[in-house]
Order: sequence, then structure tokens, then C-alpha cells
Amino acid sequence: MSSFLSVRDLKVHFPTVDGIVKATDGLSFELQKGKTLGIVGESGSGKSVSSSAILGLHRKSSAMVSGEILLDGVDLLKISDEEMRRRRGKEVAMIFQDPLSAMHPYYRVGNQIAEAYLVHNDVSKKVARKRAIEMLDRVGIPQPDRRVDDYPHQFSGGMRQRAMIAMGLINNPGLLIADEPTTALDVTVQAQILDLLQDLQKEFDSGVIIITHDLGVVAEMADDVLVMYAGRAVEYGKCKEILTHPEMPYTWGLLSSVPDVRGDTSAKLIPIPGNPPSLLNPPSGCAFHPRCTHKDKVPGDLCRTELPELVPGVSGGEHLKRCHLANPDEIYAKEILPEIAPELIEEK
Amino acid sequence: MDQTPTTDPSHEDAVPAPAVATDEHRAPVTTENTEAVLSVENLKMYFPVKSSGLIRRTIGHVQAVDGISFQLPVGGSLGLVGESGCGKSTTGRLVTRLYEPTGGSINFEGRDIANVSARSLKPLRREIQMIFQDPYTSLNPRHSVGAIIGAPLAIHKILPKKQILPKVQELLEIVGLNPEHYNRYPHEFSGGQRQRIGIARALTLQPKVLVADEPVSALDVSIQAQVINLLQQLQREFNIAFLFIAHDLAVVRHFCPEIAVMYLGKIVEIADRETLYSRPHHPYTQALLSAVPDVKQAAIGGRRERIRLEGDVPSPINPPSGCRFRTRCSLAQEICARAEPPLLQIGKRHKVACHFPGELGHHPEKPITPRLLGVDDTGAPDAGAAPAAEISNEPGFSDTWFDLERRSMAKA
Repeated sequence: MSSFLSVRDLKVHFPTVDGIVKATDGLSFELQKGKTLGIVGESGSGKSVSSSAILGLHRKSSAMVSGEILLDGVDLLKISDEEMRRRRGKEVAMIFQDPLSAMHPYYRVGNQIAEAYLVHNDVSKKVARKRAIEMLDRVGIPQPDRRVDDYPHQFSGGMRQRAMIAMGLINNPGLLIADEPTTALDVTVQAQILDLLQDLQKEFDSGVIIITHDLGVVAEMADDVLVMYAGRAVEYGKCKEILTHPEMPYTWGLLSSVPDVRGDTSAKLIPIPGNPPSLLNPPSGCAFHPRCTHKDKVPGDLCRTELPELVPGVSGGEHLKRCHLANPDEIYAKEILPEIAPELIEEK
Repeated sequence: MDQTPTTDPSHEDAVPAPAVATDEHRAPVTTENTEAVLSVENLKMYFPVKSSGLIRRTIGHVQAVDGISFQLPVGGSLGLVGESGCGKSTTGRLVTRLYEPTGGSINFEGRDIANVSARSLKPLRREIQMIFQDPYTSLNPRHSVGAIIGAPLAIHKILPKKQILPKVQELLEIVGLNPEHYNRYPHEFSGGQRQRIGIARALTLQPKVLVADEPVSALDVSIQAQVINLLQQLQREFNIAFLFIAHDLAVVRHFCPEIAVMYLGKIVEIADRETLYSRPHHPYTQALLSAVPDVKQAAIGGRRERIRLEGDVPSPINPPSGCRFRTRCSLAQEICARAEPPLLQIGKRHKVACHFPGELGHHPEKPITPRLLGVDDTGAPDAGAAPAAEISNEPGFSDTWFDLERRSMAKA
């Protein structure tokens, strides 16, 4: 079965005075309709840059984009700007992290939502406005016929994010990219928005890419997970599989450095030492090796000299990892799991 | 959009590991019955709202903090959690006396500092310091790191100028930065390193109380753990009391043995962390906890049912009558609109402000508070019942409390 969205060997390079910044360097993933892909990584790992490339938001003068982005069989990197413009907002839509800066403060919320509909549909303003009210109602804004004439500043943070979702979904796009959709929100509002996204996804049967640094959000939302580090995928597979049997030390680091709301209060936080690398001058070999505490287990300094390929992991074909370690499952079970979740071992 | 780190990579490898590293990352044990270094009672902060126009009259008040009481033990930590706009940051700013409170008292080492003058505040600033949320805006971009960290020493005339530099280098080393970098500027450091600079600045005067307002929320996950571990290590080393303000419930749980949950300017529940996270009694705390996505839970047992809180936090200018949470609460009855629930001690170290307190799914059918408040079950004044004197808004915990099962006072 061919995928709805298929990204192959995507590269986004920014030439600068100091050299080429390889923000995304050879990224491949697939997404089916009705499924959710979670992209996880720290700032600067290339997750937002990659999704902007799918929307064609990079300027040709400042970014070099190569590879293939096949949406429903059409390569988005080969079509003209005009054609991209026709698809953007209709077939692919995006929800941004900060709804206050993503909305125009001088225009009424309703007009901004209606505009997204007017651009892609040959209808009157009246019809578009009606449709905007419908969408506001659908995303759970109370009294949508009145709030449609409010300005963004009159909405609370959660309502603004709902309005952004209404705007994104008004043309019923097949692909929705949500870039840190809940990072700026409180946990209670975050839960509301995540529920809403899941409901709407079922209703519209869209493919959703959710970009986040919060593994908790991914765990609740995603079917597949892609972990990025320094512009490359380091682990990719089914969500449950990755969270229960991670095979890459960076993913271990992410899991062990976040405290838990349940479980043992005395469990240690094990930070990942060091800082994320500069993409201008990335480390040789595996980009994670300067921060990796397991590199001694690989013979011959391989981590420093050779970039590992993204290959099937120990557990099977669909779980891909980029690491030289020969027995990651054993190390995880023996060294990592007892540290981060001793109670899980007892349950087994 | 993501940006590549602005720091130059050459010095990143040179950063030494924190001086004291891995041996013990756990938080100190529950600080029971220790002396309080800071005691806040009935603290209020109302910000006036002015009308527009030529004559700017005050037309209302934002009740940002409305009568909260808590204690901070020597060398211990208290966590303040809540949604944005609940008044937790305002509380932090009141404790550091960046604001002058509208009412109430802040007792620091036996002295009420709520209304002292700006002049007599200066020595106080040495004792109570603050770490800010955003490491990008809280450091002056035109001052070198040495000048930033050394400024408190110069302002308070603690050390002669010549000795400031060695002290600054010592502090840089304590927070895990390279001491040779004192003449660099903030933009040359990454987010986590800048937060370390902010921490070094707060430590310069060896304060007894540190108010940490969202100290890690602006940092990447992998860096958050580094900074939290550093703060815990410093707390042990220098015996600093932390008022730890954050919206991330997991971080607060990890850092603080005792936690207060705030909603619309009030503390709705305060307890030691085991009680608060495993047996919360306030419906708001329960909703808040159920909203936190849980990696490990989802990884093994699938997705949990969340308690849905409808709508948004009401405006603090015109908060709901009675219980402020009632507009979003599934338990709300008549009494909740009429009478404000007192912050009632229901366990050894557990207070809750609710008419129907109970564990999730086990809330009582009838309010427990009428007898204490002198009202009937619907909240209307009841001539027959006299309000009990047992409720007070004292900070800290007493040895007697209201036993929920027996509906009477109990002793430890």
C-alpha cells in the first residue's frame, strides 16, 4: 500500500557566511491517512524545519531543499509555487505553537478563519463567515456567532489554539501538521486540545504530524514516533514499541531525564550531559557521540569515526535505529529500566 | 521555527561537569517540624484596574493573590503549582518584595517584611533572591557574565573590588561553568548555561531563601534535568529554602517534599507530595493530575481517561462567589456558590479547601463544612449552628485536624 504522505531523503540546508547549516539531513518517513506521527527532538534538531519544508515555506533563495515529498503521489518539491499555494491550507495545513503570534492582531478571528476558506473556495463572504462560525462551534468555542467578531486578544490562550485548529481544518485537509500545538498551554487546556485534535482527526480522517519535545504528548497521541537528533532520524517505529523498547541512547536519555507524576519520588533524574550540537559544525561520526555514555561499549572508536545507518533494530523490521550498539535491548533492560522505572520491572 | 544554537561550539566541550555530581540526586526527606524561615499569612495582592479616558478612576481590582498562607522550612522546599493566572508568580514576587502586598504579612526570621520601606529592604535582598524563568531576558546582554554575577557583591559592598573576580570564578565553578568564561557575554552561552549564570547570580549573596519562578520551563528536556539536579545539589550544600514555582507537576513533585496547588489567587490544596499526588482530595487537583500526559503509563497500559475540565479559568477581576472553582467543578452544589470553603486541615500534613473533599470517586454526598461555617447543607445561614472557631488561616499545620470519616476533630 502506498502511503498518503511519503518523505524520502529530505534535506534542508541553509547556506550561511560561516558554512552550510544542515538543519535536516536525509530524513525519510511515511504517514497513512487517519494516523498520527509524532516527531520528537530538542530545539535545533530539525523537526520544525522539516515540517516547514512539507508546506513549502522555505524561501528558495535562502534554503536548499532536496529529496522527495510525495503527498498523494505528487512530489511537492517539483510543483510550481502557484500550485503549491493552491495546496497549502487546502491539502496541507499547519497549526503553530504560539497562536498569539500566528494570528493577525488587527483582524477579527472570524475573518481570519473565513479567509482561509475564501482563498480555496469560490463562495461569497457570507457563506465563508457561516462556515467559520460552524468551525468555531465544532472546536468548542462557546457562543460562536458572537465570538466570531472578536479580535485575537479577546480570546484566551486555549481558545486561540482552538481557533487556529478551526482555521487549519476549515478546508478539510488530508494532512495536518501541528507544531508544538500545546507547548504554550496549561496542562488542563493541553488535555482539552489533545482530545479535540483526536476527535477531529477521527471525523476528518486526516493524517496528523505532531511535533513536540514532550514524550508524554507523543505517548498519548501518536501511532508512530520519529526521534530526531541534529537533523537526522535516530529512532523510528511504532509508538508503543519505541517507548517500551527504545534502542538508541538518546531516546533513553529523553526518557530518564523527565520526572514522572506517578511512581517513585526518589527515582533519579539522569540528565543527558552536555549541550545539543551546533549544526554548523556537527560532531564526526554519530552526532550524539559526545553526549553518549554508552559509546565505550562499541569497539574501535566507531561512534566517533563512522555515522551509523538507520537500520532495523534488534526487535524487528519496523523499528529503525541509528546506533552502533550491538545489544541495546540488554543494556536497556539491565542498566536503564531499573533506573527510570523500577516499578515496571516488578510488575513483570 | 527551530533555530540552530547561536553559541559557538568550540567552548561547549570545555564546560566542566558540575563540581559535585551524581552521588545523590534525591530531594531531602520531608521537612517535618522544622523551623520555618519564611511564614506567609493571609497574603493579598490586588492590582487596580483603571478606566480609560481622561480621569482614570479605579474601576475594579485584579485579585491576583487573595489571602494565602504557607510556611517555608529552613533549607526545605515548597512547590507552588497552578495554571497561568492563578497567582503563583505574583506570590513569588511578593515574597521577594518586588511588589508591596495589599494585605497580610510575610514573616522572615521573626520580622514582618510585608510593608518595610525600600531603604530597609536592601539588607533583606541579601537573604531572599530569585531565579527567573527566561534566561534570555533576565540577563543584561551588554554586561559580561563577570559583571552580572559580581554586581550583587559590589552593590552590597561585601567584597573589595579586587576580590570580586576570584569570587565570581568560584561561583561559575559551583554552577558548572568554566571559570575562565567570566569575560564572555550572555549571547555566547546556550539556554541551559544562561540559566546557570542566573543561578550563580542568585547565589552570590548566599541567600537563605531562593524563589525559583519556572526555573526550567524555558529549557530543553535534556537540559532541564541538569538544572534541576544542580538546584538540588546547591540546596543541600548551602541549606537554601526554595519556593519553587512551576506549572509542570512532575518537576514540582520531583523537587519539593511539600506542594501547594493554587487556583484563582487561593490555595485550594496543600500537602506533602505523597499525599497530594497519590490521594488528592480537591477536584481541581484531581483534574490537574489527570491532565498530565504520562509516558510510562501510556507505553505499557494504553491511554488513560482524563477528567475533562470545561472552559477556562474565570477572570480574577470578578471571581465567582463562594468557591472559585465551582464554575468548572463537577461536584458543585448550591452551597459552593453561597459559602467559600475554608482551607481545612484534614490530615497530618494535608489541607484542602472544598465542601466535598474526598479521593477521586469517593467524594461525600453531603458537604462536610456546614457545621464549621454555621450554615445548612445548601449554604444558607443556619441560626441553630454556630460557626466553629476551629478554622483559621494560619500558615503551617497544627497537631489536630478534621477527620473526614468521623466528621470530628482528631489528634495526631
